[in-house]
Amino acid sequence: MPSSKLRLYSLPLLSALALAAGCGPGEAPPPAAVPNAPRVDAAKAGGITGRVLYEGPAPENPVVTLDSDPACVRAHPEGTTLDPVIVANGGLDNVFIYIKDGLGKYHFDTPAEPVVLDQKGCRYTPHVFGLRAGQTVRIGNSDQTLHTVHANTTANQEFNLSYPQQGVTHTKVFTAPEVMIQFKCNVHNWMTAYAGVVNHPYFAVTTGGGGFELKHVPAGTYTLEAWHEKLGTTTQTVTIGEKKSRAVEFKFKA
Amino acid sequence: MVWLHRYIKLVAATTVLLIAAGGMVTSTDSGLAVPDWPNTYGHFMFSFPLEKMVGGIFYEHGHRMIASTVGFMTIILALWIWRVDARPWMRRLGFIALGAVILQGILGGITVLYLLPAPVSIGHAGLAQIFFCLTIALSLFTSRSWREARSPVDDPTLRRVALTATVLVYCQIVAGATMRHLEAGMAIPDFPLIFGGLLPPAWNLGVVAAFAHRVGAVLVTLAIAATVGHVWYHHRGRRELMRPAAILLLLVLVQVTLGAYVIWTGLQPLVNTAHVVNGALVLATSLVLTLRSERSRFALEADATSARRAAAGPAASFGSGPVGSTTRA
Repeated sequence: MPSSKLRLYSLPLLSALALAAGCGPGEAPPPAAVPNAPRVDAAKAGGITGRVLYEGPAPENPVVTLDSDPACVRAHPEGTTLDPVIVANGGLDNVFIYIKDGLGKYHFDTPAEPVVLDQKGCRYTPHVFGLRAGQTVRIGNSDQTLHTVHANTTANQEFNLSYPQQGVTHTKVFTAPEVMIQFKCNVHNWMTAYAGVVNHPYFAVTTGGGGFELKHVPAGTYTLEAWHEKLGTTTQTVTIGEKKSRAVEFKFKA
Repeated sequence: MVWLHRYIKLVAATTVLLIAAGGMVTSTDSGLAVPDWPNTYGHFMFSFPLEKMVGGIFYEHGHRMIASTVGFMTIILALWIWRVDARPWMRRLGFIALGAVILQGILGGITVLYLLPAPVSIGHAGLAQIFFCLTIALSLFTSRSWREARSPVDDPTLRRVALTATVLVYCQIVAGATMRHLEAGMAIPDFPLIFGGLLPPAWNLGVVAAFAHRVGAVLVTLAIAATVGHVWYHHRGRRELMRPAAILLLLVLVQVTLGAYVIWTGLQPLVNTAHVVNGALVLATSLVLTLRSERSRFALEADATSARRAAAGPAASFGSGPVGSTTRA
């Protein structure tokens, strides 16, 4: 084959390879640090406590059909339900609360310890969690079956990890703030988890009947957002004075 | 040639199974149940343990296994046609089918590795139908009825309406694939009305895709009705046209019904898949009708080719002769 023809034929191949390299899975760059940004003075900081209330009768959560995997049936011989809406004493659990706006440009150290997400009994534990942009999430598999962890992202790099056996772990870092990222197992389509990635430490997930607490919040006026996987989001504005603590209440309707 | 024809029919039937398996992959949201490609969780595809085919892996890995089988069958198909069919365009068509199935496999791999980008997934769905059409066409071209047709219908109007219907059916299938891969199957949640009326009250990409698919259904139904009506009115005595026309009418009625049930059942996977498979059968039947309406032109072309080869001398006349005797098998 003449060299000119060879070059001609190799062009589409090289283009495809270049495209593949450009589009391929990779990591977004880490968040840029703000130079000379102040740190929060813990001695002057206050806090926010509160509850998320659920108005109306608690819904019956859907039953999961596990028949497609004997390992999942073994984990839940009596069957199980998905629990997207957990209501206890009128409070709603698994709501992600975070300061959405008003924080300014403080410097916060990124935690060195990873957040752990496990696949156990063909469910994700925890179901809803928060972490910091730049913090590592370690995702493991405690089940004796295969799983995938597919992160549906918008601001971060999407991925689909393979868990061919028990004990496999992968670590990932979300470098950009994103509320929320959905994790999904494409083998067991009922398995979902949600992570709120923020660039500050002021976030919490409601537990024990809708309770939450944000500690060491500097004085200021903030927009707080509450996110729920089925019920959407709601926001409110909160002003915190120095060394003061405020109680807030969110309400979601059935 | 008889055995080749039977073999191609087997390939076409296996392709229907493959389309059904692909439909189940999308309908059960299992496209990423096997994250790697061409391996399966690190195993060579055919050595992946059967007991590990759980959940979505059953659909995705099953789809890959059937696809590999169809690919292998297509290699044999292309070589078999090249070996026994003297018609040059048939030989080319066999290798075009092989190229299509290879490209289809690569598209399937790319869509997995790049986490189901909609354009690639839609392309995968669209090429699947083209490959299926190629197997149908090859099956028809190797059939006795095609090779030994003595007085094929020569009706330009039929050619136009049948071709229009086939093109519209293909576009409608691609529109449906676009809707599915944009996850817009329930963007319009009611049927036959649209949000209780005739037009959506608000538009977004999903609603546009779902609405386009419904408009397409109306156009396809009208085009098929026109084709079937034309055959009924002008060619009622021609069994080779009446038979596919009747089947086409039946299939399109089933297809509209299945489309309604897709909405009413909230995208139930088996109903979804039945809709996808029946859509492929509508396309295949419409294609058969279109090709049979074009049969007279094939004869003319074959006669002209034969004449040219005869004029060129005995060495070049291999495979020449009357239509239907241009084979070595």
